[in-house]
Amino acid sequence: MRNNCGAFMTDMTSPARFERPSALAFLGYAGAIVIILWSFAGAGFSVDKVISSPPRFADFIDRAFPPNLEPKVLARLGWKMLETLQIAFAGAVIGVILSVPIALVAARGLIAGNWVNQIVRTTLGFIRAVPDIAWALVFVVAVGLGPFAGMLAIAIDTIGFCGRFYADDMEAADTGPAESLTATGARKLDVVACATIPAAMPAFISTSLFALEKAVRSSTILGLVGAGGIGIELKVGFDLFDYPTAMTVILMIAVVVITIEQFSGWARTKVIGEQR
Amino acid sequence: MIKTRATPSPVKTGAVISAPVLPVDIRVAGLCKSFADTPIFQDVSFGLPRGEAVAIVGANGTGKSTLLRCLMGLIPADSGSVDVLETDIVNARPAALRATRSQMGLVSQKHNLVPRLSVLSNVVQGLLGQRPGLRHWSQTFAPAASRDAAMAALDKVGLAHLASRRADRLSGGQSQRVAIARALIGHPKILIADEPTASLDPAAGEDVMELFFSLARREGVTVIFISHNIDHALQYGDRVLGLAGGKLGLDARADSLNAKQLRGLYD
Ligand SMILES: Nc1ncnc2c1ncn2[C@@H]1O[C@H](COP(=O)(O)OP(=O)(O)O)[C@@H](O)[C@H]1O
Ligand SMILES: [Mg+2]
Repeated sequence: MRNNCGAFMTDMTSPARFERPSALAFLGYAGAIVIILWSFAGAGFSVDKVISSPPRFADFIDRAFPPNLEPKVLARLGWKMLETLQIAFAGAVIGVILSVPIALVAARGLIAGNWVNQIVRTTLGFIRAVPDIAWALVFVVAVGLGPFAGMLAIAIDTIGFCGRFYADDMEAADTGPAESLTATGARKLDVVACATIPAAMPAFISTSLFALEKAVRSSTILGLVGAGGIGIELKVGFDLFDYPTAMTVILMIAVVVITIEQFSGWARTKVIGEQR
Repeated sequence: MIKTRATPSPVKTGAVISAPVLPVDIRVAGLCKSFADTPIFQDVSFGLPRGEAVAIVGANGTGKSTLLRCLMGLIPADSGSVDVLETDIVNARPAALRATRSQMGLVSQKHNLVPRLSVLSNVVQGLLGQRPGLRHWSQTFAPAASRDAAMAALDKVGLAHLASRRADRLSGGQSQRVAIARALIGHPKILIADEPTASLDPAAGEDVMELFFSLARREGVTVIFISHNIDHALQYGDRVLGLAGGKLGLDARADSLNAKQLRGLYD
């Protein structure tokens, strides 16, 4: 429609810069602010402590630096780090292997019925909900102090993670090859082994690399509860006020974790890149 | 959802079963299918004698692929009956269903090879219906007879030299030919192809159709294929079925049809 001037009769006023929130939105914002303040109170937030902490932190840094680089200490910590990585790797491998059959029954529409899927998924959710350090405490009680308890904790933590994500990976995999094999009269198990798992393989590898990263990160603190690895050195360092050694441990952990993350990122692009 | 078994009424729509001595490989009666509340097709009935080639035509989304899936029992029909090679697909127990499927071969639009596995493994897996189990998961474990059969099937499609190539490193035409080899290795009585040339360029499409039908004729199998290519439908089909508006709107011998009549189905 045109007016006399020949221009379109559109409303040229631009919208307001700020829209007034609805009453409900306003209540939502107010509620959120209350919850945030309440949480700070619960967390013992104290301005005094924030102000007094930099000097104390500086004091810690001052006492911790330079880190303890004595060859004897470095050798001991190095061996302990190696044990940590062994715990992480062994636990992750066991977890990854056990996760495959578990994921097969957790994946919807694959080989198990809805009820089974739901039960297995809920169980995996429970396993994930329990923190790794709590699993370590449980296994220390079950099998005694030492790296074996740590390895079991890592294994079960990996199952909680990989079991769920492998199942998701298989549900998301291309169903075309599976349908074609089903059409040849193949049994379900054969179809899963020949089509579904190969189709989900790149996603499996990516998930497994994440699990390895997670296992390495977890394994460094399991020692705090006596489940093996370098964590015990951290605890002893702080307990004896041997801050330089504790600092060495922290730096070693940082280097190892960052290295593993770099490696896993590199391996992931290799795998995904290779797939295309 | 009602599962009525329609009485084996004589097939209504133009059942021109030319030679009555030939066994009827596929008999569909009163087949209805809907997804949730969306009806896809109703009351589809036809019968196919051994050795006949049938083209199914129809616009996108009219349910051609769905019809094929119902024929193989890959998805359940709402009502009606499907009998394939004397097996009642709708009510068959899993083992009987698998036994019937193992006498059918499927070639689909996306080829559906298993990526990351070798061409030979993909073809060997075509035997899984007849020889279930670990040994046919991969060419590595396969018995010598199965590997030989796979090589022979690959030779028929002219790709024996690519047996060790990874399936996702093939051209479109090559991978569709591997899919044909996989469908043929078990010497099926019925071959089903869902838009086998849709993802290929015209030249590769012609080659694949030519190859597919020369092999199908040599083996004397019943063929059902979906095609949007009207010339293919008329050239390779003995008979043409047309789906439109949820009904089987056309069932006629290919030599009684012309391209214009078929084009009408797409309006
Ligand atoms: N598994 C499914 N669930 C729900 N709707 C589906 C499913 N498969 C196909 N459809 C729908 O059914 C209709 C027919 O699909 P399809 O048989 O693939 O058509 P065609 O092969 O003739 O192009 C389409 O509208 C499609 O979206
Ligand atoms: Mg289709």
